[in-house]
Amino acid sequence: MFTVTATSASFARSLSGSLPWAPLSSDPPMQVVSGGWQFFTPQEAALVEAIVDRLVPADDLSMGGKEAGCAVYIDRQLTGAFGTSSRLYTKGPFLPGLPTQGYQGEANPAQRYRIGLAAIDAFLKQRDGKTFAELQPADQDAFLTAMEAGKVDLPNGVKGPGFFGLLLQNTMEGFFADPVYGGNKDMVSWRMLGFPGARYDYRDHVSKHNQPYPRPPVSIEGSPEWLVKRS
Amino acid sequence: MTTILPRKDVVIVGLGWTGSILAHELTDQGLDVLAIERGPWRDTATDFNIGYAQDELRYSVRRDLFLQPAVETLTMRNDPSQTALPMRDFGSFLLGNGVGGAGVHWNGHTWRFWDSDFQIKTNLTKRYGAARIADLQVEDWGVTGAEMEPYYDQFEYLAGISGKAGNIKGQLQEGGNPFEDPRSRDYPNPPMEMTYAPTLFANAGRSMGLHPFPTPSANMSRTYVNPLGITMGQCTYCGFCERFGCANYSKSSAQTTILPVLMKKANFEVRTDSEVLHVDLAAGGKSARGVTYVDTSGQEFFQPADLVLLCAYGLHNARLMMLSGIGRIYDPATGEGTVGRNYCYQTNAGVQVFFDDKNFNPFIAAGALGQTIDDYNGDAFDHGGLDFVGGAGINCIPTNGRPIGTRPTLPGTPKWGSAWKKATVAGYKSTLGFSSQGSSSATRTNYLDLDPTYKDRFGRPLMRMTFDFPDNDIRMSNYLCDRMEEIAKTLGGKQYNVGRRKKGWDSVPYQSTHNTGGAIMGTDPKRSAVNTFLQSWDVPNVFVIGASAFPQNAGKNPTGTVGALAYRAADGIRNHYLRNPGAPLVQA
Ligand SMILES: Cc1cc2nc3c(=O)[nH]c(=O)nc-3n(C[C@H](O)[C@H](O)[C@H](O)COP(=O)(O)OP(=O)(O)OC[C@H]3O[C@@H](n4cnc5c(N)ncnc54)[C@H](O)[C@@H]3O)c2cc1C
Ligand code: SF4
Repeated sequence: MFTVTATSASFARSLSGSLPWAPLSSDPPMQVVSGGWQFFTPQEAALVEAIVDRLVPADDLSMGGKEAGCAVYIDRQLTGAFGTSSRLYTKGPFLPGLPTQGYQGEANPAQRYRIGLAAIDAFLKQRDGKTFAELQPADQDAFLTAMEAGKVDLPNGVKGPGFFGLLLQNTMEGFFADPVYGGNKDMVSWRMLGFPGARYDYRDHVSKHNQPYPRPPVSIEGSPEWLVKRS
Repeated sequence: MTTILPRKDVVIVGLGWTGSILAHELTDQGLDVLAIERGPWRDTATDFNIGYAQDELRYSVRRDLFLQPAVETLTMRNDPSQTALPMRDFGSFLLGNGVGGAGVHWNGHTWRFWDSDFQIKTNLTKRYGAARIADLQVEDWGVTGAEMEPYYDQFEYLAGISGKAGNIKGQLQEGGNPFEDPRSRDYPNPPMEMTYAPTLFANAGRSMGLHPFPTPSANMSRTYVNPLGITMGQCTYCGFCERFGCANYSKSSAQTTILPVLMKKANFEVRTDSEVLHVDLAAGGKSARGVTYVDTSGQEFFQPADLVLLCAYGLHNARLMMLSGIGRIYDPATGEGTVGRNYCYQTNAGVQVFFDDKNFNPFIAAGALGQTIDDYNGDAFDHGGLDFVGGAGINCIPTNGRPIGTRPTLPGTPKWGSAWKKATVAGYKSTLGFSSQGSSSATRTNYLDLDPTYKDRFGRPLMRMTFDFPDNDIRMSNYLCDRMEEIAKTLGGKQYNVGRRKKGWDSVPYQSTHNTGGAIMGTDPKRSAVNTFLQSWDVPNVFVIGASAFPQNAGKNPTGTVGALAYRAADGIRNHYLRNPGAPLVQA
């Protein structure tokens, strides 16, 4: 209960006399392995994949959000600290707040996805007799636009704009984050923008004002050692 | 059961920027010093590892290095009539955690405040009359710019600041800031190499008769060996600076400027992952006996000490004082009490200029690499015909092109879909941003106290922040936005967008981790919590070090002044306090 730290737990210790250092004490990220769903049910996954494909549609600039792995990214995030809000302040009482006071709901992201996705399914089934994935792209966009604007009445008290905001935020995270987290396949968004990614030294280009940076992006993934968690 | 430990000469709460400076100074004095740090041990090779330091999701979005709200948060509201609610996630400001504190993941803009900032009440009253500041709770600091100069110099050389002096001993220097106070010598390092956007910004400013100069930077423009003999590397303009630790030993922090020497000293010890709960006072409440802390196993310890230094970051300093009964908590209704008084922030606004034909390569950047215009900062300009006091630095300091967070688009762009994507690609490389970092005036109703409802993980009250932008500061910020608009027009571009500051401080979008006040310094114990050496008026063997001491905030980042105040407190302790321990350094 007393250890709420960064990625790994750390324990109280006393240090004196030298800079402490131990081999293999770094804490690299765990590479997301695609395949299967860890949080979503197959039905939820189909819905999320269809949504991320409208938020980030396939066009001449890039592949779509589904192929880029945005849904896989969200799935994995929801099983971790983000999904459970384990780093956040989650004590009550839960009162409705002012907009300047930020999110005051009791539900964590994992719960919001579970309830929110079910609400979208139920709403469309009732209205159109179809799932979101079965709609035409134009109708999908119309639904998302209405949800973003608070113009659809989702069941179970789900607030459209709030849940839409969460979906959008997480989709963009997945699309633009390092591919190590499961989205941004082949660094597709970085190539699209011209962002060189995890490069760490631009001294040779600082004074080359207004000239395109010549090198392709690199990611922090790729070292097989990172897949082996330290003991 | 609380375990009682052997006594120490000095216990320091928090091993961030100020804690490390004080630890180094007082161990040099031969004292036995213990630092107790809430977060983990952190060092470059292991924690800011060059193999994966450049991870935007982990460090910037999920904020791995920061204090987590589950450990401690605050409640907030905009005015005393509202019910404060907890910041369930941090947003507007992000607090540090772990060895190095917020110095690990700062940007490194390193400023000096001016004499007109320190003697602000005297100065404004003389220049514009007392009526001009009647709505505000403006206070002098009790020190002058000239008194602070040697301490600034000490901090800047420790930290290897890269910059260009504007005034050396009264002689104006071409290319520096002509508005700064005289300094005894130039910065230890030359300015950073300029990127394209700040270069254009400076050209535009100069063509308008303004005085742009390179922002003083704690990112190294070249290899540097500091006075402690510690070597830092040249910054590689990596663009993963603010919110990240530096993998190159190029950003000054406790890790890169003090710890390699401090940790080797036999008379220094740090206990990490150990949270101080409160300072224990002797009967009568006039002196501290030590501190109580809890470690990761939940075990509680009492650590006796002769001298207690609160170096836990300004906001935490104020809360620890409240929880320990050091001084009286401020009451806005009566104006009595000093702890929590004069909480201030920063009044920022921003401008974007969109171009078609420019490539700014936004990812080639460093935390403090850019240009500043101070013509409208502080009292550098005449406020005679204006309806406000204060001002702002105008900064063009593009710190990154990290794509989750930095994707400027033209106003009116949809947030998703093909039109969004097209606009995102078009705006990414060709947008120039700059901003005003404005002063923050103290008022009667902006303050800190303890929340009546919400508790931390130990069941103790969270601190409550009551804050909104004072009308004076909104008028100031609007004036600055008008000036920025003139610069935007001069820059050209196809379109620009001015984001003005509005009433109703919003705790969600990031604005600034420049929280000041709450335990302010001064010469009157009725209106300040600490004296001009940052010694508590109420409990003289406690010093409270950090931006908590600022009576109000200037239009500048705080840490240059925080570092200088840390050296001033160290000077007071080493050269005065230790001759007569336990006695006040200043008579009220
Ligand atoms: C994102 C970001 C960007 C910034 N950029 C700039 C900038 O460009 N220029 C500038 O001037 N300033 C900047 N700052 C502010 C700067 O980091 C702080 O002013 C500076 O670190 C303050 O030093 P400090 O010693 O007061 O606090 P810190 O350096 O934060 O150290 C306080 C330490 O105390 C510990 N602590 C807190 N409570 C307890 C407790 N109860 N028990 C034990 N330990 C405790 C904390 O874990 C922390 O390690 C920035 C801050 C942030 C977060
Ligand atoms: S920009 Fe420079 S100082 Fe900042 S993290 Fe990168 S290399 Fe370090």
